[in-house]
Amino acid sequence: MTDSAAELRAALDDSARAWLDKTLNQAAEHAKSSAATSGTASLDEASVEQQPAPALWELRFAEAGRRCGAAHADTARVLLLQAAQADLATVTRLYRQGTADERRAVLLSLPPLVHGPQALPLTEDALRTNDPRLVAAAVGPYAAEHLDAHGWRHAILKCLFIGVPVAAVAALRTRARGDAELARMLGDYAAERTAAGRPVPDDLHRVLGLTQAPGEGHAPCKES
Amino acid sequence: MRIFDPHIHMTSRTTDDYEAMYAAGVRAVVEPAFWLGQPRTSPASFYDYFDGLLGWEPFRAAQYGIAHHCTIALNPKEANDPRCTPVLDQLSRYLVKDGVVAVGEIGYDSMTPAEDRALAAQLQLAADHELPALVHTPHRDKLAGLRRTLDVVAESALDPQWVLLDHLNETTVKEAKDAGCWLGFSVYPDTKMDEVRMVALLQTYGPEKVLVNSAADWGRSDPLKTRKVAEAMLAAGFSEADVDQVLWQNPVTFYGLSGRLVLDPPGKETGATHEGNSIRRGGE
Ligand SMILES: [Zn+2]
Repeated sequence: MTDSAAELRAALDDSARAWLDKTLNQAAEHAKSSAATSGTASLDEASVEQQPAPALWELRFAEAGRRCGAAHADTARVLLLQAAQADLATVTRLYRQGTADERRAVLLSLPPLVHGPQALPLTEDALRTNDPRLVAAAVGPYAAEHLDAHGWRHAILKCLFIGVPVAAVAALRTRARGDAELARMLGDYAAERTAAGRPVPDDLHRVLGLTQAPGEGHAPCKES
Repeated sequence: MRIFDPHIHMTSRTTDDYEAMYAAGVRAVVEPAFWLGQPRTSPASFYDYFDGLLGWEPFRAAQYGIAHHCTIALNPKEANDPRCTPVLDQLSRYLVKDGVVAVGEIGYDSMTPAEDRALAAQLQLAADHELPALVHTPHRDKLAGLRRTLDVVAESALDPQWVLLDHLNETTVKEAKDAGCWLGFSVYPDTKMDEVRMVALLQTYGPEKVLVNSAADWGRSDPLKTRKVAEAMLAAGFSEADVDQVLWQNPVTFYGLSGRLVLDPPGKETGATHEGNSIRRGGE
């Protein structure tokens, strides 16, 4: 059992814990049986919408919020995705058919589940929304690793626009450092706010400071 | 005064309405899936709509301090269109979602065989998913429609105590009550019920199992009708407790049957930005 599973179990009441154990088992069983049969998962539109009945654990994935409580829903869903070893087709389907809370869980579990950039369309979809819960989940480690420079800079601006604390942005310090284009965008945004008589968010100054702080004795910059 | 509007189509309303509703005491709404005025031509159009009822609309409501849940179904009008009926096969994947507190609106529009099939199938889905059902009673041939609805409910696997019959009036309330169902009344500016008739019905039948809604949508309607009924009740001598029972407790009990009602106020009072609140509520 992983650390987060043990922690979550300890936080749940008896019936929620029993639900979690049973559901994680279903997900693990599914992972075993599909490891034996799959390898042909396709991502075309038809396969996403015209599924046969969803696997049992996928239905449980939807109900995690009311079984475990809203505060534990993200953790429970991420554990389920890991236990099922959900592949790209599965996370894509769950994202597309999911509520915002389900989509959050998919975004949060991307880094271990999908190794390459293939799940970027999900991150980009979340960044197009104006829902801070989704945007915050979309700027995690997966975006830090795979989002290109243009997309990443716009994600930072999006956070500032809709009030997502930049503390949610993974690898903010390393990716922002020395980014002159990001600094220009932030400066323009600050000027626009000031011209309109509106306050400039504190987070803007914080990120601007990071762009202008080359070597301060921190870890060496990895500019990609 | 706290108000729960158990039937309102907020997708068709503006943020001004949300503000006015909050100011009037509305803290929770249920938005039933229904038709959009313009007929849909494919199941995919329903899925985008359902996603909106589960995603964008509750998010929008939360910005104004109002808890938003929904009911999901193929509505009676579009149950007659073969281009739309495949939706029935996909409902299960929506009925497991946290924000769904009932199957609805189902029921009759023109009392066709296609409507019979859709109603029976969706009452079964409600039973399968341990959800209550919001059943719309027809606007034309209302009493006959009510009786046929009660027959189908009686034949279904769903307990009548898990059924809310909506758009009732003087001619249909008694049989609906005798059947053991919850009693819904839509108060509209010109059609359906008005405040004065609503109060008279409450005086006759009492507040037990009665729910009052604005059913506000894209037609001429008023999202503050719930508040107006509350005031009319007080003016007619009903107690604050009676008002609370009809406009809060009854909807909470009925939709609470789903086990999915979350009424913690979305946090308008804390003074933080709406966005900041949403973030905290979403967890880290
Ligand atoms: Zn309606």
